[in-house]
Amino acid sequence: MKFAVIVFPGSNCDIDMYHAIKDELGEEVEYVWHDEKDLSGFDGILLPGGFSYGDYLRCGAMAKQSNIMSEVVKAAEAGKPVLGICNGFQVLTEAGLLPGALLRNKNLKFMCRTVALKVVNNETQFTAGYEKDEVIQIPIAHGEGNYYCDEETLASLKENNQIVFKYASENPNGSIEDIAGIVNVKGNVLGMMPHPERAVHELIGGSNGLALFKSIVKQWRETHVSNA
Amino acid sequence: MKKVKVYVTLRESVLDPQGSAVMGALHSMEYNEVKDVRIGKFLELQIEEGTSDIDTVVKEMCEKLLTNTVIEDYRFEVEEAVSK
Repeated sequence: MKFAVIVFPGSNCDIDMYHAIKDELGEEVEYVWHDEKDLSGFDGILLPGGFSYGDYLRCGAMAKQSNIMSEVVKAAEAGKPVLGICNGFQVLTEAGLLPGALLRNKNLKFMCRTVALKVVNNETQFTAGYEKDEVIQIPIAHGEGNYYCDEETLASLKENNQIVFKYASENPNGSIEDIAGIVNVKGNVLGMMPHPERAVHELIGGSNGLALFKSIVKQWRETHVSNA
Repeated sequence: MKKVKVYVTLRESVLDPQGSAVMGALHSMEYNEVKDVRIGKFLELQIEEGTSDIDTVVKEMCEKLLTNTVIEDYRFEVEEAVSK
């Protein structure tokens, strides 16, 4: 399986993401600069964390206008897995691929620590490798991770089982209903504030994030390598 | 040339933690008459007059880039730009 790590000016978790895929997952991966206009050669799209365009105007606002985003939209429409982490999540909401928005953390502080997440939906291609309601330890590092949506959107998120991760003990940012990650209705676009790519090896403090990437690959192999 | 002033605020339904913090500070300064503080953004654009309707164009810019209507409200004013 071949992954693209989209790199915007100001992305800073792109290298972590690249190594997680290449060294820990053992799959193919390439960086793709935001100016590029083609993602047809890739099976999965990863939008890393960071501060694209310096977070000017709003997090992810300028990134959504870059060339590559129309290709990301195409990939999402084609049903390819698209994963946005942290700033990547913000970009996905700004681009309209996921509902809602990320606001400034309620306590106005940048939060950087490992938190407990509950996998509230393990029926997605991103979370099939976890148990339902399994609690995992994943680092966060954000100043604007306070997920917000209106009540109507929240009701539809629940109805379609789109809430995937919730903060299990403390909510670090004030997000509505402790939401940490959601998928789109089709289930192939996941946005989350915590960083699973930073939790792929015991040497870096934990490996609870690896199952997420493994789930994507497993699902992809099952659908694409039928004659294996 | 026109000068366009765009005012962006968080929507009523959205909590504004910065505004609340500032209100807390004002209260601690004994300005207890302050009942709400909302913090927003102010953008000033210089726009050359073309063939398209300026209100339509600015509205488009606001909805496509300058604001996120999920969380923000905006209004704008169009003025004659004073030449320097």
